[in-house]
Amino acid sequence: MKLTCLSKGQGFYFPPCHILNVCGFLVLLDCPLDLSALTIFSPILTDSKAILDEDSDCPAHISLDSESRGSKRQKLEKPLDDTKNFVHSEPCYKTVKNLNLWDITSINVVLISSPMGMLGLPFLTRMKGFSAKIYATEAAARLGQFMMEDLVMMHMEFRQFYGPEESSFPQWMKWEELEVLSSALKDRVLGDDGSELGGWMPLYSAADVKDCIQKVQVLKYAEETCYSGTLILKAFSSGLEIGTCNWTINGPKRNIACLSSSIFVSSYAMNFDYHALQGYDLVLYSDFSLLDVMEDTDNDNYFAPAANNFSATSDDSNTQDVNTESLLNTDENLEETEKLAFISSCAIDSVKAGGSVLIPIGRLGIVLQLLENISSYLESLNLKVPMFIISSVAEELLAFSNIIPEWLCKQRQEKLYSGEPLFAHVDLIKEKKLHLFPAVDSDKLLRIWQEPCIVFCSHWSLRLGSVVHLLQRWCGDQNSLLVMEKGVDADLALLPFKPMAMKILQCSFLSGMKLQKVQPLLKMLQPKIVLFPEKLRRHFSFSSTSPISFIEYSENETLRIPSLKLNSELDIAIDLASQLKWTKLKQENINIARLKGELFVEHSKHLLLPGNGNGNEQVVGFSQSRLLLQHWGSLDVQSLVTALHNMGINASVEQGKHDATTQSDFTVCVLEPKKALIKINATGTVISAADEKFAAFIFEAICNCFCLDGI
Amino acid sequence: MVIECLVLGAGQEVGKSCVVVSINGKRIMFDCGMHMGYLDHRRYPDFSLISKSGDFDNALSCIIITHFHLDHIGALPYFTEVCGYNGPIYMTYPTKALAPLMLEDYRRVMVDRRGEEEQFTSENIVQCMKKVTAVDLKQTVQVDKDLQIRAYYAGHVLGAAMIYAKVGDAAIVYTGDYNMTPDRHLGAAQIDRLRLDLVITESTYATTVRDSKYAREREFLKAVHKCVASGGKVLIPTFALGRAQELCILLDDYWERMDLKVPIYFSAGLTIQANMYYKMLINWTSQKVKDTYATRNAFDFKNVSNFDRSLINAPGPCVLFATPGMISGGFSLEVFKQWAPYEANLVTLPGYCVAGTIGHRLMSGKPTKIDLDENTQIDVRCQIHQLSFSPHTDAKGIMDLLKFLSPKHVILVHGEKPKMALLKGRIQSELGIQCHDPANNDTVCIPSTHYIKADTSNAFVRSSLSPNFKFLKRSIGNSDLGPADTSATSTLQVCDERVAEGILIMERNQMAKVVHEDELPELLGEKTHVVQFAHCCPVTINNLERTTNSDLSSSKDVSCVWLHLLFAKLSNELTEETIQDCGEHLQVESMYITVCLKDNCPYRTTDCFGGKSATTYFCCTWSVADEKLAWKIISIMKNLDLSNT
Repeated sequence: MKLTCLSKGQGFYFPPCHILNVCGFLVLLDCPLDLSALTIFSPILTDSKAILDEDSDCPAHISLDSESRGSKRQKLEKPLDDTKNFVHSEPCYKTVKNLNLWDITSINVVLISSPMGMLGLPFLTRMKGFSAKIYATEAAARLGQFMMEDLVMMHMEFRQFYGPEESSFPQWMKWEELEVLSSALKDRVLGDDGSELGGWMPLYSAADVKDCIQKVQVLKYAEETCYSGTLILKAFSSGLEIGTCNWTINGPKRNIACLSSSIFVSSYAMNFDYHALQGYDLVLYSDFSLLDVMEDTDNDNYFAPAANNFSATSDDSNTQDVNTESLLNTDENLEETEKLAFISSCAIDSVKAGGSVLIPIGRLGIVLQLLENISSYLESLNLKVPMFIISSVAEELLAFSNIIPEWLCKQRQEKLYSGEPLFAHVDLIKEKKLHLFPAVDSDKLLRIWQEPCIVFCSHWSLRLGSVVHLLQRWCGDQNSLLVMEKGVDADLALLPFKPMAMKILQCSFLSGMKLQKVQPLLKMLQPKIVLFPEKLRRHFSFSSTSPISFIEYSENETLRIPSLKLNSELDIAIDLASQLKWTKLKQENINIARLKGELFVEHSKHLLLPGNGNGNEQVVGFSQSRLLLQHWGSLDVQSLVTALHNMGINASVEQGKHDATTQSDFTVCVLEPKKALIKINATGTVISAADEKFAAFIFEAICNCFCLDGI
Repeated sequence: MVIECLVLGAGQEVGKSCVVVSINGKRIMFDCGMHMGYLDHRRYPDFSLISKSGDFDNALSCIIITHFHLDHIGALPYFTEVCGYNGPIYMTYPTKALAPLMLEDYRRVMVDRRGEEEQFTSENIVQCMKKVTAVDLKQTVQVDKDLQIRAYYAGHVLGAAMIYAKVGDAAIVYTGDYNMTPDRHLGAAQIDRLRLDLVITESTYATTVRDSKYAREREFLKAVHKCVASGGKVLIPTFALGRAQELCILLDDYWERMDLKVPIYFSAGLTIQANMYYKMLINWTSQKVKDTYATRNAFDFKNVSNFDRSLINAPGPCVLFATPGMISGGFSLEVFKQWAPYEANLVTLPGYCVAGTIGHRLMSGKPTKIDLDENTQIDVRCQIHQLSFSPHTDAKGIMDLLKFLSPKHVILVHGEKPKMALLKGRIQSELGIQCHDPANNDTVCIPSTHYIKADTSNAFVRSSLSPNFKFLKRSIGNSDLGPADTSATSTLQVCDERVAEGILIMERNQMAKVVHEDELPELLGEKTHVVQFAHCCPVTINNLERTTNSDLSSSKDVSCVWLHLLFAKLSNELTEETIQDCGEHLQVESMYITVCLKDNCPYRTTDCFGGKSATTYFCCTWSVADEKLAWKIISIMKNLDLSNT
């Protein structure tokens, strides 16, 4: 088995990407896009007031709007004076560059573990010769589809703005253009050594997305599927988001659990099903979320536990008996709940002060919970502030979130059993407290628009979608609030909107396992081998007595993992086994038998069933009844002569010409009752007799002679 | 190894489905239903047959419920809360969500209306449902180390499942109730091709083959429309879940198209409440309904409203869905008593009615009077419309499923005795599958699959999987075939005859091992000792000029000629085997034939019978496997005369 980590990713929105070679099959784990790289592009800045106030008959604004296109350069350059220009072009999208170095057509299987992990998939599926089977959970595939469709819709605005590209090669990627970029931007475009440049791709089309989705085979959690009879693939919930999963791969000689970013206790998605990962020989640990946490030095509020804290706990848990309660403690869940409560109270403060709240967060679960939280706060304070979700897929997305009880946590499932909607947004929409719109410029939105308000919209990169317009509208208002996630480079992201008077709340949400839980988890899973990111390894102190062997991997290095099992297993049908003719060997209590049947490889198992001959029996006839015999050991000549004598055959031995000390040739001559000759040497015996019966008779004598085992 | 099936209910009858299957030490109860036709002890399965001591937790590995109908789940609260079973219970998400509604409704009907002593309380239902683990379709659930279960879509009602259970190498499927054709809100049953020892299938319609659904729907709509057009009232007694939604989608759609204003009512809030669940569980409905969820949920009915008791005798036409189905009591009976005596009214009975219910009596014949009890008699003058809308598979569907799954054995349950016997005969004769139709409390034992586990070497697997092409020469058969046919049937046929051949080694205290025969000597640390046969065979040659032995170069040429001659002769004689001319020797399977030029060959056991000049010798060697073949060839050679060419 071989592992190549193509990318360690970056945070929740850009999961890692690996390639595995298992049992001769090439398996790609996830195919994400690095959307944070979109920040190098300039957003399309228009006067959003003009759009939203269109119906307030203000001709001045309309004229401003029509002007905006022509004067975009000047307008943009003003706030960017001290920095360098952003790229003014239709954006390209940054794929995993190392994936482009592989022969895409040789990939056999693609496993998708989250909606984010499939955003780059249309780039693969539209390639000629791509024939891999793609597996994803039903929910992840659906959410991924929404995300991609939304991305394509948002991108449309750019396409309309810049018009069609003159050439297939984007102008901004020309060397002269790249030269003038600031070093921060250049870094993002080129990477350390310029190699990243190859990863940039113009966006796929809506048709590409549709085509891609059709190629995805969707599964339920814990549904078994078998690739090519050899690999059994199963997805188990990882708790990170609705539909996210950890894959397990069972082959005839190896079983692997791919551990992606997982959350033990979630308040919306189904919890991390870690019990299901027990009993796998090899764990591919690819939860890099800790890395983001550790690198994030500014972050002091939420992630207090440091590495040295952890080594202390690891020493305590030396016993095999791992305290599973520690895995399930709900501290982190409480922390998350507190964060949501804090954001909600900040939002309430803003609307009370007359400002609006803009929440460009891309996590469905967080959005759904914030909706519930904020609405209940508003309710309790009797505030009539409208909430909006603006996205081309808002309606479908929310409708979808209410028909997937099977993918949610226990508490949400309880709502199903008591006949309540799974999320509160169903009632909020009915009560007209929450409004869904495909875009900021939709007619219905203009009719009911009212400020202050609370708006959820995309995109979190602050470069695409409605967020650009609304941010521009409110960035000067000191009462308004922008809620954004940490991990997005806020300075760069907000640069086009400066100066900002608007309040900004940056928060980070749990995106994977906590440091303290990694070791107890691995102890409980009891794998033989853990493939562990080299970058994370130094934060852990695994005791040397641990039965688990750790193999470190790092980006773009191929790791070969030695096989644990030499042999695969074979299931032999009992009716076949009962017909076997056993031969007992004189040595070491060994019995052997010839085995013949039809071998099936199904469900990663080798199955030997009695062959049915397929009706061709008579044609093949002779060769099928063929029974190959093989003998070994050396024949004791004297006992053979005795045996022959007992059968009424007179035989005499002639010593061969070789010297007698080494094993030499013998010739046994038979004259009575018929003429025959038996030549014996170290490697074989030749029987020569005048007729069939007598030859068989002698053969039997030799076989009965116990010095020789045969089959 | 045997699989033991104890049929506690639905054996040669419909009602109280309950089968307890023991496989390799695991004991699974499939369904835990009640019989709607009985009010005494016969309404529940006889649980004492599972465990005399009543220690059900140790007697059963788990309970699996296929769907929410009372004849499949009705006894569950009784079994868990009154009998005290505390082990795991599995059912699908919709079943877990909807079963409490059914159970609570039934309990209310029993206690509140009939004034019976209650078998279980509301609290019992709540406690019982807390013990249930919900599963998704196709989710593979590991109940314990050895027992694996999986649910497949059955289509019968929302959340209905067929259950696959596997212990060790033995596997079975219990179908529950299923439907092989999709209807308006549910899809058709779906299952993988599995290796099965046993299928336990329902057989409600063991002998019926149903016509197209479209005609039945039209007939139903026509009857309803005719009735309301002439001012009559339509009573549709159904259970709250399932048929109610199906027919409602149908009627709502029809009302819309025909622009009808006649009210459609649901009795009580139950069905309205049920629709809420249906909306959330839309993923379990048919593809068509599923696809439209975002724009319009199919369970948001436009023309449907709640019924009030005061409307029973209100003037004017209406359509009423009333619970329970089969008119087994409750509100549907109450309305039936009021509406039955009037000719303008219509009672539509969708689907199956259990023996003992009024529905059953209405369907079997046209009674004009029905005795409710000693004191009450109902005049039945209304029209009765039978609607074969039952979401059960018909006989063809059962046969199709069994043919698809091809299990080693079939057990029929949930049907009527005479019809089941007929179906059983068909299964045995048409499909060649052993079939049983046990009565209640009978036990059926069938053998179970068991595989011998062995380690296998790569060489064995490789050799077994490598293609083994055989080229078969076929004489051109029927000469009267047209030219198109002759082009299609080539004279040369290629077939891939993969045969797995190897050696199984059993060593004490070790796992059995399968290797390729070439690997054996090394494995045992021995050298191969080959036993071969040899025979130097004289063949008559008359008019060929013999060269002297001294001229070696020319004798080689001559021996080649002889070999060729022999090849030609043998090819004529041997029809089945392929003989190869390898220049220096001829080869048939393991047999080698060379020209023997030695004067004193040790293998020349036969004395030459002709003159020396007329005979040449061919040395043959072969291994034991081709003993018969070799002697056959030798006998041919002995009688040959190479001179005749």
